Amino acid sequence: METDKEKELLQLKEVTIRFAGDSGDGMQLTGTQFSETTAWVGNDLNTLPDYPAEIRAPAGTIYGVSGFQLHFSSEDIHTPGDQPDVLVAMNPAALKKNLPELKKGGMIIVNSDSFDIKNLNLAHYESNPLEDGSLDGYQVYQVPISSLTANALEGVKLSPKEVSRAKNFFALGLMYWLFNRPIDNTVKWIHEKFAKNPEYIEGNERALRAGYNYGEMTELFTARYTVEPAKLPKGTYRSISGNEATALGFLAASVKSGLPLFLGSYPITPASEIIQYLSTYKNFGVKTFQAEDEIAGITTAIGASFAGNLAITSTSGPGLALKTEAIGLAVMTELPLIIIDVQRGGPSTGLPTKTEQADLLQAVCGRNGEAPVVVVAAATPSDCFNMAIEASRIAIKYMTPVILLTDGYIANGSEPWKIPHANELPDIPVKFRTEKEGFYPYLRDENLARPWAIPGTPELEHRIGGLEKSDIYGNVSYDPDNHHKMVTLRAKKIKNIENDIPLLEVEGEQSGELLVVGWGGTYGAIKEAVNKARAQGYKVSQAHFRYINPFPKNTEQVLRSFNKILIPEINLGQLARLIKSEFLIDVQQFNVVRGLPLRVADIVDQIIKTLGGNNGK
Amino acid sequence: MANNVEVKEIKYTAKDFASDQEVRWCPGCGDYSILAQVQRTFPEIIDRPKENIVWVSGIGCSSRFPYYMNTYGFHGIHGRAPAIATGVKLANPNLSVWVASGDGDLLSIGGNHFIHACRKNIDLKILMFNNRIYGLTKGQYSPTSEKGKVTKTTPYGSVDYPFNPPMLALGAEASFIARSIDRHPKHLQEMIRRAGLHKGTAFIEIFQNCNIFNDGAFSLLTEKETKDDHVLELVHGQPMIFGKNKDKGIKLDGMTPMVVDLTTGKYSKDDLWVHDEFDPNPARTAILAMFDETPGFPTPIGIFRQITKETYDEGLFRQIEEVKKKKGEGDLEKILFSGNVWEVN
Ligand SMILES: Cc1ncc(C[n+]2csc(CCOP(=O)(O)OP(=O)(O)O)c2C)c(N)n1
Ligand code: SF4
Repeated sequence: METDKEKELLQLKEVTIRFAGDSGDGMQLTGTQFSETTAWVGNDLNTLPDYPAEIRAPAGTIYGVSGFQLHFSSEDIHTPGDQPDVLVAMNPAALKKNLPELKKGGMIIVNSDSFDIKNLNLAHYESNPLEDGSLDGYQVYQVPISSLTANALEGVKLSPKEVSRAKNFFALGLMYWLFNRPIDNTVKWIHEKFAKNPEYIEGNERALRAGYNYGEMTELFTARYTVEPAKLPKGTYRSISGNEATALGFLAASVKSGLPLFLGSYPITPASEIIQYLSTYKNFGVKTFQAEDEIAGITTAIGASFAGNLAITSTSGPGLALKTEAIGLAVMTELPLIIIDVQRGGPSTGLPTKTEQADLLQAVCGRNGEAPVVVVAAATPSDCFNMAIEASRIAIKYMTPVILLTDGYIANGSEPWKIPHANELPDIPVKFRTEKEGFYPYLRDENLARPWAIPGTPELEHRIGGLEKSDIYGNVSYDPDNHHKMVTLRAKKIKNIENDIPLLEVEGEQSGELLVVGWGGTYGAIKEAVNKARAQGYKVSQAHFRYINPFPKNTEQVLRSFNKILIPEINLGQLARLIKSEFLIDVQQFNVVRGLPLRVADIVDQIIKTLGGNNGK
Repeated sequence: MANNVEVKEIKYTAKDFASDQEVRWCPGCGDYSILAQVQRTFPEIIDRPKENIVWVSGIGCSSRFPYYMNTYGFHGIHGRAPAIATGVKLANPNLSVWVASGDGDLLSIGGNHFIHACRKNIDLKILMFNNRIYGLTKGQYSPTSEKGKVTKTTPYGSVDYPFNPPMLALGAEASFIARSIDRHPKHLQEMIRRAGLHKGTAFIEIFQNCNIFNDGAFSLLTEKETKDDHVLELVHGQPMIFGKNKDKGIKLDGMTPMVVDLTTGKYSKDDLWVHDEFDPNPARTAILAMFDETPGFPTPIGIFRQITKETYDEGLFRQIEEVKKKKGEGDLEKILFSGNVWEVN
């Protein structure tokens, strides 16, 4: 088209966009659709949905603002981006809330229709920022999105409210045009999603196309941008969020172990999606039990494990607190069980929709008595899949509870995932005890695991429970020496698992001045920061824990290969505390607990500060 | 429900159900009788090889029960037995799953799990040993202790009202509700037998004497001189008659029960309320359950109610089969590669 040629197509390496609007404006949907399409055209990407805890806060207010940030690139990326380059603000509150984060000179696209007195007041603006010069220095594009959408939808049988709701598709269409992405994916999605409602299909599709065409026709934009596909390893990809990957990982573990999957769970943000996803896999024989509370969630799972299922329970921080006593029971009865904790902001109910890493000590230490459990943590959304399988493997092989930590950021965030083929995934061997000869409930194998003898097995009737057991025989025992022995044996069993997990890897030089150490969902931010610092000539390496209890066998050796250790965490130093107490090594901490992922730039600053500006020489 | 348990000739005796563990309740404790009646009844009601029986318990004196049964057993944590048992049953619906619990265990800390097990009608047999006291923690009052009860934590008498267990179970719509007494072995055996045959949550409240911390709590119901005047044995299809000389009956006047004298000639057997275990209307069961709280009324024992409805486990496995039929057996490769996928070459 003529107009198209006039507009310059500028090549960018990476872009961070934040969609922001009222919680009723459909920003999560807009963000997800943009991500799906962006993944599909082959960019690497990483997302950060950020929504309020209120389901429908009063329209137009600042606390009702819902945001979705995505970072996409022609190169390998690992974070949702520190600061957006582009802000799409559907109302004044969204602008007010998000402007401080926007890059200097960044692009702002606003729905100018919404900048009326009422909305300006609700956002506590004293004057209209579109008119008072306060946005000088940004590239501001005022688009009357509401009225353009209404015009486009004229004649469609939709109520005024429904018409107004379609404006997110207009915004999406405009962004597709601006960033040179195809709209077909979303068109297809609209047709599938609203298959039963032709008016919605027509309305939303028209809005989407109107947004796209507006970009093309208007004089407003002089350039379009494009981001080339990233050079990802060959394979078949899909975009996946952490919660979905977790659910798929356990489904895979069930298939690969041949054990029926049982999930006992009580809904809690941001973990609920795990039970929601698994509930759809009924044809795999997956049993999801929505329990009356988290204690029932875990205890039903313990019962199911006793009876021979692959048993898991999913929750977030407050729920993990409730499950504490039952985890002790699983430790004592030495049954395989996986407890998924999608960490959120705490303490107490804290920041339910925000991310944090502050349940680490709860996971490692938070029980009465000496009650060691395995603790593993996923590093990225897709890594949740791997760690779910790993958690299952370890739980079954060692007859032990395993806590799998993820967090709100990687649970909701998504990234492209190179899909493994089912036959590439290793089998998880399971041996139920069936021979009567020589059977004792607390006899241990070479891994110190006791036999899994499930009800229904003839002549192996036995009784287990939370009272201390005599070694080998498993009868209730109050013998002091036996207790000491059992406490020690249980600890040793967990410690020995260090021989069966990958070594801690160092990315970068294997020794030197500074090692940045992290765990869990901060992997991407730390990696990007370390890469940036290295690009500036600083000598710094990275090591990241996915196995925390036990630590990988070479941990101390790795840590001692560097003069300085920096540990960034979204808590007040929980991994740092474990490292210091376990290895008596001094570490420097970097802790920011804002309910948000760590910012790359902040970590880079910290690296430079720690190195004293001397490039690590 | 998949009921493909291998049918083999099973001839068990009570002894087969006794484990090698020494029973350690206080001498004279009512729990001994309950254990004996379970062991005596099991050869009759167990329709599957013994290895398919699981006993689950919480914490308390009564919850030591699984150790003494030569079946699979799980001694859990305080109050959680119904939930643990639920997991066992859902993991393997072929198992016959029994819960032993105390009044404190089941109704205090475990109240939530109890009502939800009843509501969901999970196929569990729940035996609640009710001694109206906390035994294992040495004599504090329990949620079934009477108002004004003097115990170690209520030296001036408790000020809270007790739960009425059959009423609670009824409120949660349990499909089988019964009551018996440790000192009434034949009756207790019959209740255990009937619970064992029921499909769905079967709840039996068993009055149990704790001779250490609450001795004689049920003496009116167990002593020779008083029991006939204080116990009403519910028998399906029979009029409600009690008293030493079978001289008293219960008449239902609309929804109001009355104790009537059968010796004056004013009322005869034909005027009395005829017990219907299978009455689907919970109102009359509630009236029965309230007898305990009405002065002058006898304490009913027997089956308060038994109704048939799909159990949770049946529903769960039915649904799995239906979805399999509709979508086909799950295919991991297909699920992994579903959604918006793209190729990178
Ligand atoms: C979480 C927890 N809280 C409290 C206890 C202490 N405790 C053990 S048994 C019990 C009460 C038992 O009473 P009941 O269920 O009536 O059983 P009984 O001993 O009378 O048979 C209590 C409070 C515990 N073991 N665990
Ligand atoms: S304390 Fe009471 S309930 Fe417990 S064993 Fe002794 S008599 Fe039985």
